[in-house]
Amino acid sequence: MAKTLVVAELLEGAVRKTSLSGITMAREVGGDFDILLVGEGAGGAAAELTGFGAGKVLTCDIAGGYVCEKHAATVAAVAADYEVVVACASAYGKDLLPRVAAKIGAGVASDISGISNDGGKLVLRRPMYAGNVFGTLTIDTDKKVITGRQTEFEPAAPSGGSSAVSAVAEVSDAAAGRIEFVSLEVVKSERPDLAEADIVVSGGRSLKSAENFTNIIEPLVDTLGAAMGASRAACDAGYVAADLQVGQTGKVVAPKLYVAVGISGAIQHLAGMKGSKCIVAINKDKEAPIAQVADYFLVADLFDAVPALTAEVKKVKAAG
Amino acid sequence: MKILVPIKRVADPDNANKVKVSGDGTQVTSEGLEWKMNPFDEWSLEAALRLTEDGAKKTRTGEVVLVTIGPKDAAQTVRTGLSMGAERGILVEANDQELDSNMVAQILKAIVDKEKPDLVVMGKQTVDGDSNVAGTVLAELLGWPLANYAMSLATDDDGKTLTVKRELDTGVSTIKVTGPAVITTSDRILKPESVKNGVTPADFKYPEAEGGRYASLKGIMAAKKKPIDEVTAASLGATPQKTLSYLKFELPAARSGQTTFVESVEELVQKLKSDAKVL
Ligand SMILES: Cc1cc2nc3c(=O)[nH]c(=O)nc-3n(C[C@H](O)[C@H](O)[C@H](O)COP(=O)(O)OP(=O)(O)OC[C@H]3O[C@@H](n4cnc5c(N)ncnc54)[C@H](O)[C@@H]3O)c2cc1C
Ligand SMILES: Nc1ncnc2c1ncn2[C@@H]1O[C@H](COP(=O)(O)O)[C@@H](O)[C@H]1O
Repeated sequence: MAKTLVVAELLEGAVRKTSLSGITMAREVGGDFDILLVGEGAGGAAAELTGFGAGKVLTCDIAGGYVCEKHAATVAAVAADYEVVVACASAYGKDLLPRVAAKIGAGVASDISGISNDGGKLVLRRPMYAGNVFGTLTIDTDKKVITGRQTEFEPAAPSGGSSAVSAVAEVSDAAAGRIEFVSLEVVKSERPDLAEADIVVSGGRSLKSAENFTNIIEPLVDTLGAAMGASRAACDAGYVAADLQVGQTGKVVAPKLYVAVGISGAIQHLAGMKGSKCIVAINKDKEAPIAQVADYFLVADLFDAVPALTAEVKKVKAAG
Repeated sequence: MKILVPIKRVADPDNANKVKVSGDGTQVTSEGLEWKMNPFDEWSLEAALRLTEDGAKKTRTGEVVLVTIGPKDAAQTVRTGLSMGAERGILVEANDQELDSNMVAQILKAIVDKEKPDLVVMGKQTVDGDSNVAGTVLAELLGWPLANYAMSLATDDDGKTLTVKRELDTGVSTIKVTGPAVITTSDRILKPESVKNGVTPADFKYPEAEGGRYASLKGIMAAKKKPIDEVTAASLGATPQKTLSYLKFELPAARSGQTTFVESVEELVQKLKSDAKVL
């Protein structure tokens, strides 16, 4: 029996990349691990997970869209045989794993940024206070449930071999009788995923409209091959979809290059991007708090500077 | 409809970069910072108030009970919620430095067993612990369904069934849930049309706001007379088990290097290419 169970994630019948962060977490825990994939199409998608060195890949096809109550009992039944249960701290992992933990009587540490195995004792590290404090902790219960930040656990690379796949039985849960999945509108984009992109360009309230996002920010995003992000103010105002929000409530990103356009740099925004390697701010106020984390700061009106920057990047790229 | 709203006081989130760690690293200290209601809880309270009122007539149609687990001083935060419009409060006395989300969920379960609300509407996370755990664990302990990350709520039968849009990292999921249930809220619950309760006229729009409603002077006066019951976990028959042990706290390493102010886009691109090597 393996020690760690990785709860992988399905999206529209395919394995979501967040699952590979879960595998990395299991490798950092150390020892053997198995992978569990639950949901509609799990059996069919399992082959995507067999090359990562898991003892086995367990699947459970549960029809219909995801609600926590339909997955948690099945995951808990499997998890009962493992010491450690890990998953990426995506919306799925954060929604599902605490419920699983409560079912198996385990403590749950969420949004972990580091795992070390101190002679068999798992010592975890996690950001708190919007990333302004790091806590080092242990989980006191015999069984331990952990969700980890996608930006801190690089997607696992395949390690060869071929894990055996087997199906497990679905376990029902009374709570599922009172909740019904209606629909999932997945936001589709041709651009790289925010959480995985090497470059992110985010815009703020100062863009003033959805059109300006399209006409000013998007050309820079596409010239750089970047992902697009936004502040809460821009998402709230409806300039871009809510799933582009970067920050304490939104997504955490840590690209090589983060360009903050007309974003003041509130603590809650910084919480989602200050792990980026290089941060550029374009803001007309050189006192804006984004300066606390910016490596380069262009004091300028974004409506002039961003189109000029797009043109300059094109020129430099063409020159090689 | 009766709604239980758990709220926590936190050190002023806009000054979270001013929290310090004690010399021995065992405690986070927020001396000198003001206590505020956890913003996510303020938003869930706003949602609960909208569910239990006629927004157009500004009259209350249901009951909102606030509960906080913390020291006696945390009554201030409950008072703030009462002045926004909640009916009454409960303070469960505890040392909040020693709580984890699991213990919070266990204490809240005891409160729910006693109060029997139709819904528990809570924040998705506290901005000090940033855990995002208590709501889900509470739902499981109660055997109730959970609608996590609600960006809109609609009911026209006093909360027995709700249509909830959930904001996820992949998009938006719509679910139908039959109460009693636990709901946690996302930012977008504050949008003008995010809550529909069948009482407030369907075309009514709340003002655009980045937080919960302000207390009116009348609300502040009324809150002074509203009851706050003080109880303990033991008096509720709860024996919450701690599941996490924090060994130490640290401040993050400062970002290396200074901010370089650049004069032009040409200079910026040149620096990104030659110095930072990110282009
Ligand atoms: C609990 C909680 C959670 C939150 N979570 C998040 C989160 O996840 N993500 C997030 O982003 N926010 C979050 N917020 C909100 C956050 O506090 C800020 O309100 C928000 O980030 C501000 O967005 P902004 O920088 O776009 O807008 P503003 O703060 O209004 O800043 C606009 C900036 O644009 C500059 N500017 C204006 N015009 C121009 C121009 N023409 N050219 C160049 N610069 C210009 C201004 O100088 C200013 O610095 C949260 C808040 C709370 C309370
Ligand atoms: N001490 C507390 N008292 C009352 N409610 C709390 C307390 N701690 C957490 N909560 C509730 O649980 C939610 C999630 O908290 P957490 O899982 O700890 O991040 C918060 O938004 C509150 O609604």
